[in-house]
Amino acid sequence: MDVILFLIFAVVAVVCAINVVVQTHPISSALSLVGVMGSLAVLYLLLGAEFIAAAQVIVYAGAIMVLFVFVIMLLNAGAETKKGRSYLIPGAPLLIVFLGLMAFFVQRIFPDNTMVRFGGFTGGGPKEIGTALFTTYLLPFEVTSILILVAIIGAIVLARKEIE
Amino acid sequence: MELLDSFIFISLIKAAVIFAVLMTTLAYLQWVERKVIAHVQVRPGPYRVGPHGLLQPLADVIKLLTKEDLVPPYVNKPLYLLAPFLAMTMALLSISVIPFGPQIQVGPVKTWMQMTDLNIGVLFILAASSMGVYGIALAGWASNNKYALIGGLRSSAQMISYELPMSLAIAAPLLISNTLSLRQLVETQAGGIFNWNILHGPFPQIISFIVFMIAAFAETNRVPFDLPEAENELVAGFHTEYSSMKFASFFMAEYANMITVSAMATLLFLGGWMAPWPVAWGSSLVPTVIFAIAGVTALYHGAHPARKRDKVSLPVFGVIFLIIAGVFLLPVVQSWLLPLFWFVAKTGAILFLFMWVRATLPRFRYDQLMGFTWKFLFPVAMLNLLVTSFLVAWTTK
Repeated sequence: MDVILFLIFAVVAVVCAINVVVQTHPISSALSLVGVMGSLAVLYLLLGAEFIAAAQVIVYAGAIMVLFVFVIMLLNAGAETKKGRSYLIPGAPLLIVFLGLMAFFVQRIFPDNTMVRFGGFTGGGPKEIGTALFTTYLLPFEVTSILILVAIIGAIVLARKEIE
Repeated sequence: MELLDSFIFISLIKAAVIFAVLMTTLAYLQWVERKVIAHVQVRPGPYRVGPHGLLQPLADVIKLLTKEDLVPPYVNKPLYLLAPFLAMTMALLSISVIPFGPQIQVGPVKTWMQMTDLNIGVLFILAASSMGVYGIALAGWASNNKYALIGGLRSSAQMISYELPMSLAIAAPLLISNTLSLRQLVETQAGGIFNWNILHGPFPQIISFIVFMIAAFAETNRVPFDLPEAENELVAGFHTEYSSMKFASFFMAEYANMITVSAMATLLFLGGWMAPWPVAWGSSLVPTVIFAIAGVTALYHGAHPARKRDKVSLPVFGVIFLIIAGVFLLPVVQSWLLPLFWFVAKTGAILFLFMWVRATLPRFRYDQLMGFTWKFLFPVAMLNLLVTSFLVAWTTK
């Protein structure tokens, strides 16, 4: 059951990811990205990381991508003009090499016996995540939040019109 | 026996029951709304189809089903067809984690009056409602119509903005109950009205409740925040180009969302299916008394010579109400009927508030709407959350 669900949603995620690049209309690309986020959330759920799955949908699919779609609709961006498929000639072999290297390194760093199996992981609830964030990873967590705060202030400063 | 106990079988039965009840409620909620608004505005409301217009929802469904399903030629077809489906699915998805009552015994099987209990139930509902924005935004965009587009944009901007104070308002009672599972959330509020999150804890969540209700009105695009479908500016907003069942899906999604937020308010703040005072003080007699009063009133008005039109229908309703009043006294059904009654009564009261407000208040202006949430509602919700978390940390050892 786990494996079947994994295969279904992995395929959906990959197809949607390819679709993001292939589509010429920005709205279709953005919606394919939502599809990727959704299937990733299901994969997290399969691994037992419920909180990450919910946060993935709420934050990425529900907030950030809605803003993307919103801006695309507001600017009324039209479809791109097609530029032919010549990029495939150098692109396809490079992609295969890249994926091969990725698989090789992942295999080297995480050997088979250290990988998380379906249903073998139970530390994904909100309580465990909260405990980990506020004890073990307190410093990185706080530094990240200050970084985000700086970015928000920067965005407001840049977006504000100068008042003479 | 094996089959009866299996998870899939029980889930299927529950899904069928909840779906059937929900669909009927959706249809009749609209009748109730028309009646309530009509009586607030001193007119009778739907009165022709069946006694007191009771068959009006059926007539509406037939009308919507048999209308021509028109797809305008200038729309973006895949997205135009996807949008109502998305809105409807996301609206119905949330119902699956809402608990209606405690554990019950049906024959040999013990089960909860809930589809499924997630330990991230609250987050699940937030996720489903944040995905529901797509239905409306895409409907507006794919229709290729300027009124629909403005309606869709207004709606998505409004829903993103009000999601923030809403999430903050939800977080405060969760701190007090110390769980994200909706079932446990209700169980921590057992034992009378002073244990409900709205009055309980180191910091009573009244402010949080009010912020949640205001945000809920905006999230469901209801008056006074119904700018996405302001008919005197935008025709019908995002669903201008939709007809027949596609229009009905948006309509049903709106009402399903209303039911979800009302149920959420009940579960988070008003103690879910728990009675407001203990059985020892007679809380189990409340439904009987209410239905008996309703039955006697209906009989009295039915017997009145001035009401010739109602001389059959009102006595029949009176007798039905009296029978229901009697059913609530049977000890066999009390264990599951009483919790269900309290849950429905609380949710129904909040739904009535939605209708009452719609009949009474005018619409906001768009800049007021945005200024209100960012400059007032958000800081208030934030402050409430800070005070609550401080006091919870202070009082727990």
